[in-house]
Amino acid sequence: MSTLFLIQFLNGLQLGVLLFLLAAGLTLVFGIMDFVNLAHGSLYMIGAFICASLTFWTGSFVWGVLLAIPIVAVIGFFFEKLIVRHLYESNHLDHVLATFGIILIADTLVQLSWGPQGIAIPLPDYLSGQVEILPDIIFPTFRLVIISSGLLIAAGLYWLITYTRLGMLIRAGASNRTMVSALGVDISTLFAGVFALGAVLAGIAGMLIAPITEATIGMGNDIIITAFVVIIVGGIGSMKGAFIAAILIGIIDTLGRSFLKDILEVFMESASAATAGPALSSMLIYIIMAIVLALRPQGLFPPKVR
Amino acid sequence: MSVQEVPKNLKPHLQAPSLFGFGQGKLVTILIMALLFMLPMIAWWMGNKFYLDFSVRIICLAIAAVSLNLILGFGGLVSFGHAAFIGIGAYAVGIPAYHGYESAWLHFPLAVGLAGLFALVTGAISLRTKGVYFIMITMAFAQMAYYFFLSLEEYGGDDGMTLWSRSDFGLINISDGLTFFLLCYSVLAICIYLTFRIVNSRFGMVLRGCNSNEPRMKALGYNTYLYRLTAYVISGAMCGLAGALIANLQDFITADTMTWTRSGELMFMVILGGAGSIFGPVFGAVAFLLIEEVLSAFTIYWALPFGILLILSVLFIKGGVNGLILRGWKS
Repeated sequence: MSTLFLIQFLNGLQLGVLLFLLAAGLTLVFGIMDFVNLAHGSLYMIGAFICASLTFWTGSFVWGVLLAIPIVAVIGFFFEKLIVRHLYESNHLDHVLATFGIILIADTLVQLSWGPQGIAIPLPDYLSGQVEILPDIIFPTFRLVIISSGLLIAAGLYWLITYTRLGMLIRAGASNRTMVSALGVDISTLFAGVFALGAVLAGIAGMLIAPITEATIGMGNDIIITAFVVIIVGGIGSMKGAFIAAILIGIIDTLGRSFLKDILEVFMESASAATAGPALSSMLIYIIMAIVLALRPQGLFPPKVR
Repeated sequence: MSVQEVPKNLKPHLQAPSLFGFGQGKLVTILIMALLFMLPMIAWWMGNKFYLDFSVRIICLAIAAVSLNLILGFGGLVSFGHAAFIGIGAYAVGIPAYHGYESAWLHFPLAVGLAGLFALVTGAISLRTKGVYFIMITMAFAQMAYYFFLSLEEYGGDDGMTLWSRSDFGLINISDGLTFFLLCYSVLAICIYLTFRIVNSRFGMVLRGCNSNEPRMKALGYNTYLYRLTAYVISGAMCGLAGALIANLQDFITADTMTWTRSGELMFMVILGGAGSIFGPVFGAVAFLLIEEVLSAFTIYWALPFGILLILSVLFIKGGVNGLILRGWKS
């Protein structure tokens, strides 16, 4: 039991890290540009597909990821310049509709380029094995790689936002956009840069998950809702909130799916637990979201200035 | 009261909404509603079941869009989870039918009641928040309902469930295509008239007032939260009714009817038609399904031109089809 618990805990951590990579971009773009980007999940999908192609081209997953990152950044940059830019002046409803259109376009373009089938990405031998993390507890190496690279990226983001000039501009932009541009900062390049950064983070999440689940069309459309739940719970615009909420929700969701049925069996007969367990566990994160919002409508860590 | 005297520079939600629109827009509205009545009749007369069903589908989704318009267009509440009410309405038909209860007098009140109840509970939480939080929360609650029905293995899970016979009204038999069409058309007409009466009532004026300036309404002593919640529940219940009709139309119910993309489509219908006009959502539903049908006849990649159209319409068309009609008549 405790072995299984530890493994599921790590799986939850892995989901949490991926959710953070997605939520970080969403919350950055919302916090600074006040832009609701439903199409963020499309960048996640595009990252996975580009990485898949490059992995087959170079013959190495690591090169695939390294080469795909700048490509996704460029896509994000031009995506902002071509479409998103023209929507800043409109209201959130227009953002939602336009980015919904972008999802349709992105899904179809991916289908046109890569075909309707999912693509499995082969891992090199040194990543596809398993390691013994504790005596008698083995865990897939690649999932550990996901967790550690996600945590590293989180640390890097923290450093970027807290200690660099770019981070200072991002924080300033989040608290007062107009003032930043009045002080002579090239706000349009800053916006495009922030959008590209968010795109890269989403793309990396897609690249990391693709060897486990395959790159498939519409893969971003489900996880993006969970990422939205994360930033709602964490407080929209807050990086710290996004990190804590992502890890919490990743772990709660995974543990709920594996153990809720067993827990329910303590209280009720096993037949009804078998029905209620899956139903309840798939609703668990939304119930948590509802509770958090009922208590704190602005999320757990709302940004201080808006 | 003459509606023509309303100043033209007012925002749409501040004007008193007239039933058939202003000026010559009236003619177009009546024409479209007449076509929506005549074309299915002709299809039925020619024995073309496909176009009859297609028209009924337009009408059912138009009911859902009309319900969304009540809170989105007039109330200014951007609900991104309306597909959930369709799904709840559909399962309120499917689940009793699965257990052998076929009476429509059970199905339809259940659909309306449960959808209204879901709206009451989720609305009570969602309406505590504003703006983008509200958009995402309604979306997340809809996704919760989606996963809930997806995990019900007893009722088909992700395979969906088949409805072996349509709801039994006793007096009339809706297994017949024409009767079912007439039922749906009447429901649509009633919902439109109900919306018209609601938005022009004192309640509707408060709702529209909250849309244009909530702090001022609060200062006038209105409990804006309760007004909005009431509107949300009415809208949800109406959408549940649309769901019950859709279940009967398709004879098949799956959780896919309540994915968040369906909510997005409903929202697009309202915006495309013209949010905050009485008949706008109907135009939107007609235009949306026609475009989808025509494009998918040309190419399986219909989502591509459709997405481009969506973006262009957001960027360039103000006031939707309804606005285009009005402007077209004026120029």
